[in-house]
Amino acid sequence: MRLLQVLKQTPQIALGQFVRGQHYIRRKEGWESAIGLEVHAQIATKSKLFSPAPCNYGAPVNTQVALLDAATPGTLPVLNRKSVEAAVLTGLALSCRINPVSTFDRKHYFYADLPAGYQITQQRNPIASNGKLDFIVYTPSCHPAPYNHSCNIIQLQLEQDSGKSLHDEVDQRSLIDLNRAGIALMEIVFEPNLRDGEEASALIKELTLILQRIQTCDCKMEEGSLRVDANISVNRIGEPLGVRTEIKNLSSIRSIVNSIEYEVVRQIDVLEKGGEVINETRSFDSSRKETVPMRDKEMKQDYRFMPEPNLPPIRLLYEPNASSSSGPNILHVQRKMKELPEVTRNRLVKKYGIRMQSAIVIVSSPGLLEYFTAVMSFKNGESAVKVTNVLQGALMEILNINKIDYSQCPIKPKDVADIVSFLESSRINTAQSEIVLKKLLDDDARTPEQIIKEEGLEQISEDSEIEKMCLEVLKNNAKLVEGYKRNPSKFQKKILGTLDAAGKGKLNMKKASEIMLNLLKKD
Amino acid sequence: MSLSIKEVVSRINSGSLTGRSLAEAAIDRAHKQKHLNAFTYICSKKDVERQLGEGSPKDLPLNGIPIAVKDNFCVKGMPATCGSKMLHNFKPPYTATVVQKLVDAGAVVLGKTNMDEFGMGNGTVDSIFGPTRNIWGLEKFMKDYSLPDWHVPGGSSGGSAVAVSAGICFAALGSDTGGSTRNPASYCGVVGLKPTYGLLSRFGLIPLVNSMDVPGILTRTVDDCALIFNTIKGFDDKDSTSVQHGLNGKKVETDDNTKVAGIKIGMPSEFFSHEMSPEVVECWKEISTLLKSSGAVVDEVSLPHTSYSIACYSVLNPCEVASNMARYDGLRYGHRTSKPESLRSTEALYAQTRHEGFNDVVRGRILTGNYFLLKENYEKFFCQAMKVRRLICQDFENVWKAGTELLLTPVTLTAAPTYSEFIKWDNRKQSSVQDYCTQSANMAGLPAISIPIKLNTTGLPLSVQLIGPKFSEELIFQVAKFIEASSNFQQLHATLDN
Repeated sequence: MRLLQVLKQTPQIALGQFVRGQHYIRRKEGWESAIGLEVHAQIATKSKLFSPAPCNYGAPVNTQVALLDAATPGTLPVLNRKSVEAAVLTGLALSCRINPVSTFDRKHYFYADLPAGYQITQQRNPIASNGKLDFIVYTPSCHPAPYNHSCNIIQLQLEQDSGKSLHDEVDQRSLIDLNRAGIALMEIVFEPNLRDGEEASALIKELTLILQRIQTCDCKMEEGSLRVDANISVNRIGEPLGVRTEIKNLSSIRSIVNSIEYEVVRQIDVLEKGGEVINETRSFDSSRKETVPMRDKEMKQDYRFMPEPNLPPIRLLYEPNASSSSGPNILHVQRKMKELPEVTRNRLVKKYGIRMQSAIVIVSSPGLLEYFTAVMSFKNGESAVKVTNVLQGALMEILNINKIDYSQCPIKPKDVADIVSFLESSRINTAQSEIVLKKLLDDDARTPEQIIKEEGLEQISEDSEIEKMCLEVLKNNAKLVEGYKRNPSKFQKKILGTLDAAGKGKLNMKKASEIMLNLLKKD
Repeated sequence: MSLSIKEVVSRINSGSLTGRSLAEAAIDRAHKQKHLNAFTYICSKKDVERQLGEGSPKDLPLNGIPIAVKDNFCVKGMPATCGSKMLHNFKPPYTATVVQKLVDAGAVVLGKTNMDEFGMGNGTVDSIFGPTRNIWGLEKFMKDYSLPDWHVPGGSSGGSAVAVSAGICFAALGSDTGGSTRNPASYCGVVGLKPTYGLLSRFGLIPLVNSMDVPGILTRTVDDCALIFNTIKGFDDKDSTSVQHGLNGKKVETDDNTKVAGIKIGMPSEFFSHEMSPEVVECWKEISTLLKSSGAVVDEVSLPHTSYSIACYSVLNPCEVASNMARYDGLRYGHRTSKPESLRSTEALYAQTRHEGFNDVVRGRILTGNYFLLKENYEKFFCQAMKVRRLICQDFENVWKAGTELLLTPVTLTAAPTYSEFIKWDNRKQSSVQDYCTQSANMAGLPAISIPIKLNTTGLPLSVQLIGPKFSEELIFQVAKFIEASSNFQQLHATLDN
């Protein structure tokens, strides 16, 4: 529904041009779309790619700048080895070919926040190429079931970030902050293997999980450490890819989905009206939720690439016994590889018998994997489904309200394991478990056992007691009973709700509903 | 000033001479010779005292030796203009590695020397500070105090060559991209070394062509040159193109009784040019005869791609120039236009600033380079030139493989032309004539030295060049010293001092 709302706000485009299927978003009859992403990920290193300047986010302007970062004449770039190793590790995680020799190029364009007038990048011989990223597309609001998709990676290259221009509208001037200038980036270029915005966002989510897992990028989109450009084209089914447009600097998952979906619909609309899609760069206006041409980059750029003469090629070793002083070694880097999210998900499904949907949530929620694993250790690996129900149900709700994630959850995993056991033995019901969890989150020093006993939270499971309560509810709600006789399915829920309320949430509702339904049938 | 650096240092260390009096005398000479326009910046005596410090430590190899530094090296506290309006107000906040090594060895930096704008020239005529004058032959024009003409000192390190040849300092740093150290050394009758690429750090040298630039050394004698070379060579972690090599840790020795017997010396036939003056050819042959008669094995060799070197250079140079000059936009340092209409947009600000800041030669090369680098031209020009560069390198490789140890060639096609002759040629012609014999060593990253031999009939210095394989500086110095001793070239300062 969310996407349709987006379209409603853009009146020039008719509604209903696509509907959602089980798989990717279907386009208007006869059309398909192709999306390719270019991701800029800041490498999590202490210093910049070619200078010793630190790169702390949020530092006062122009305080993270070495002479080289300001393009001071006579200074020379010196490659940061940690960045190289991070790029190799990332390339390995993305199933890339790691190129034993890679080189740097200068990419020229004049811009106030590009001090040297060129960016040092790896256009021609990148450090890694020919990779593949497998991911699961699962947006419960949009795709009822998860499905697998895969996107090829053309190349992964090391390059410098630019500075930032700040435009002072009042005084009509521009100011330059070079803190970001020269920070190490990995640019990851994907083939246009994606079909819609949800697939694009799923790819980025998976990429984020991978980079965070191997700690090569913190992927904080809100801080700009992960930025996405999207290439979008549409074509009639059976025809080659159409002319593409590029949307620059998408800095949230939401804007990735919204901008791509807007742009696809816009392009189809243009073509259907007999117009032409122009190869241009556009930006996404997230408040108006539409893409607009970027004026200052309208002119076709010739970047006049030239080999960077001040940097020799990166030569990577592939020798198990080489000393670390002899240079970056692929085999040494490989030892730092962590279990990747895809492997983790499959392992969880196989080991604990939980659904893939649950595994996806466990792996993608910050701190949940560790928390889940800790709870499971107290359950001896049993009752995983019940555990995930509590973690992803009641506990998640409470954490969300308190705006914290699982890694910050003050409740001991052991206590959650106990709560799950009580639920399993029907000693408490779901509502009661929520009360216990809330108390624990509010620094209640007691154990769940004590809370249940002292607060009288135990469930009523005694048949006679339940029946007594049922009869009382039936007696006091004649109208509902009458209603039930006319329309059982409609009134059954209301009667059970009234029963639950009458029992103050303490009734074992599984038993209670059986008893109540029997009583109603007898009537 | 007729003493060697070593002798002067030992006198300073023994107390018979003070660094201060030496430096002050050098500053006085620099001011007295202002008509040469060798300097773009001369330190005050106070500056020099500060550099000398109190009771400066003894036993430093260059203790108290005044040196001059080309204005494209960064020295903290002094301007670094590159002879350009673009950097007329630029004071770098750091010091180049090679200069720092000189300072650490006890040398005193007297000032900065004049050059063609950003090193693009061969006469030291294209500088915002005006042209530099060669001291040789100047007496011919001295009658008229306005000095209507003079001989060019060569370039682009003309200021450094003149500072040494006029006896203002013992040594000067230049830079050499296509011959910019050896060419003025030859015209000014001093020793000029272009070391192996990567042996001397380029950190702090404002680049012309990064893949060919090297710091150059200008001195009066081969011994002095070797001493400076030993002091400043070596790997620098601030320059990724500097190399780890055995020569780094080693002190290159120059023996007083050097012999050349048995050394295989090649005379590349392609270096004969129809534009070469007979006196230059004659000087070249004299030295080959000298070496032969002293037991060296002198043979003609072939470097078939030599004639393509200049054409190749005229593609590669503008490409790197276009790229290297892109940073000069007036935003962070250097010249910025004051025209209010240029403040409309960043583009207008850039265009006007760069128009005002660069001279015609620089702007022309930027334009040319950007043309060569366009997507549709890159293969045709840049890649093709790189292939030719490879062929030129292979020419040298083949000669070394065949057993030749050093090449003996002229440095320039003629002795120093007069300014009035020189400026009749356009900058391209100037380079193609001037760089003919020196350029290919830069293409291949090889060490080469210019050694003064004698004066021609009009009293101008003539020189020869030795080119060797990479890292063959020791052999180069050895043979150069032999040639120097045999030709007994009389430095001008000897006459001046008397």
